[in-house]
Amino acid sequence: MPVDVARMTKVFERPKSLTEARYTYCPGCHHGVITRIIGQTIDELGIAERTVGIAPVGCSVFAYLWYRCDAVQVAHGRASAVATGIKRARPDLVVFSYQGDGDFASIGTAESLHAANRGENITVIFVNNQIYGMTGGEMAPTTLVHQKTTTTPDGRDPATCGYPIRFSEIIATLDAPVYVTRQALYDTRRIQDCTKAVKKAFQNQVDGKGYSLVEILSTCPTNWRMSPTQANEHVANVVTQVFPLGDLVDRG
Amino acid sequence: MTSGRNMTATSAVAYAARLAQVDVVAAYPITPQTRIIEAIAKFVADGEMKAQFVQVESEHSALAATIAASSNGVRAFTATSSQGLLYMHEMMHWAASARVPIVMANVNRAVAPPWNIYGDHQDAISQRDTGWLQLFAETNQHALDMTLQAFRIAEDPRVQLPVMVNLDGFTLSHTYEPVVVPEPEVVNRFLAPRPAVDWLDVEHPKTINGVVSPEHYIQFRALQKDAARRALVVIEEVGEAFAEQFCRDSGGLLSLEQVSDAEIVFVALGSAASTIRSMVRAWRSVGRKVGVISVRSYRPFPDAKMAEALAGARVAVVWDRAYSFGCGGPLAGEVKGALYGRESRPVVLSAVGGFGGAPVGPTELEKALEWADASMQGRPVPLETWFGVKAYRDGRTPDGKE
Repeated sequence: MPVDVARMTKVFERPKSLTEARYTYCPGCHHGVITRIIGQTIDELGIAERTVGIAPVGCSVFAYLWYRCDAVQVAHGRASAVATGIKRARPDLVVFSYQGDGDFASIGTAESLHAANRGENITVIFVNNQIYGMTGGEMAPTTLVHQKTTTTPDGRDPATCGYPIRFSEIIATLDAPVYVTRQALYDTRRIQDCTKAVKKAFQNQVDGKGYSLVEILSTCPTNWRMSPTQANEHVANVVTQVFPLGDLVDRG
Repeated sequence: MTSGRNMTATSAVAYAARLAQVDVVAAYPITPQTRIIEAIAKFVADGEMKAQFVQVESEHSALAATIAASSNGVRAFTATSSQGLLYMHEMMHWAASARVPIVMANVNRAVAPPWNIYGDHQDAISQRDTGWLQLFAETNQHALDMTLQAFRIAEDPRVQLPVMVNLDGFTLSHTYEPVVVPEPEVVNRFLAPRPAVDWLDVEHPKTINGVVSPEHYIQFRALQKDAARRALVVIEEVGEAFAEQFCRDSGGLLSLEQVSDAEIVFVALGSAASTIRSMVRAWRSVGRKVGVISVRSYRPFPDAKMAEALAGARVAVVWDRAYSFGCGGPLAGEVKGALYGRESRPVVLSAVGGFGGAPVGPTELEKALEWADASMQGRPVPLETWFGVKAYRDGRTPDGKE
């Protein structure tokens, strides 16, 4: 039966602040979902014309391709410092950094922590997939104990490699941050929760409240050597045991 | 001697670190270097290498940890690339000034912005004045051989300086070539354990790297200067010893091919020199008197040898895959410096290109040869040419003509 497109009701569409460029992410990876959530948030808050995104180094190095907003590509780890500079120069802009676990919690440790401690009025999206995805699956600061990576072929040994770092909990000890939360995307309910959290983190900035951090537990089916379904189950059953979900700070 | 196995230059370097029985490796992943530390991590996990492998949180920390390990008298190694090397910069000076014989593999990659993961030499050349010795590999075999030689050069009591082995990103790091991996016992005859030196020793307490007054500070720099000049001798000696033992010429200061009777001589670093070699063979087959000098040691720079090698040439085309903005091609500048005051010297043409993975291939080299020919015929030619640059959006051309 021929379909009359004109008579159809549109119930779902690409957020207007996302471009039509194809994602470079692997199947089953959550980066695409996170990108959509941010795009939807920018739409809902009507801030596309004054938003600046900060693209990190890692799998999301091409983040600037997907948003219809200004973007800056930065060096590995420097995103929170660059966000600080942009926001201080132009407080009227909405600035968000998009950072992986290597970027945010390893090479960017100093600037991540100190931007939070200064209570910079920025929004940080911290994507924690417990591995360095783009370089080929090396150990990340958030890699689980005994997790196999290309630099821990027998699994992460705490005796020599330490334990997965709970960076959001560290930031939650600071007095300045307004909102620190950990979210996940392994099922619809989590995606809805995460969407609310991202919106809150942007709204806080728009309202001038200060620093907001949304850590999102993400998947890396390619480097975890799992199917997308197994990867979702792994986050739900294993990763959340180490990185519990929920709000850590909410002074909003 | 074992026969060659197909491997990338990153694998070749990892084998070299294993054969050198490195004690401590501290590193951080970065494309296109990462395969080196992944391979080392595997060797260590499989018990094939008795090293401490530490994946630290950044390159800055990687080099700081490597320096500290080396300060205890053990053999320390690290590897990086591009932004990682630049992030090490503070510690780069520290390593050379503290006189620790670290060896580092630097997989040459362009520097951001704009972002680019492919090969050029801006990363290495930007570290030129840190005091590190810098060797450049033409092939994957060189990457292995030079890494072994680098430890012997660095640890020589006459030198005691860190050595960077440069290998071109992707051209070598991600390309498979047959590489001969020598047997450990053969390597042990070439590379003895690190000589005992007066470093940190709890039986004889001391502080290193402390504060000194202006009149003493320059003494340290003078010692460093002398050591870097002595490396000219040591690099040649080690290259000869390596060639004798392994029957391969993969060291020394310069490698000359068809230079003695050449009218036009190309000068280049790394894999570009290897490409030029094959062009030289082709040009020779049609009667062109062209040669090539592969600069294997960029620091120390073998200025006297360079001037001697170029004495008979009419034109030298020096190829730079890096640039000193507001000045010129770094290697070209150094070649010109080497020729200063020499009665017999060629015109130096500075060819600039091959940035961010752009090719230095037959097309570019044929054009460069035409340029050298024009110069030789006495026609007015520019002394510097950038290869691969298109007209700008406003219609201007790169040399400023409307």
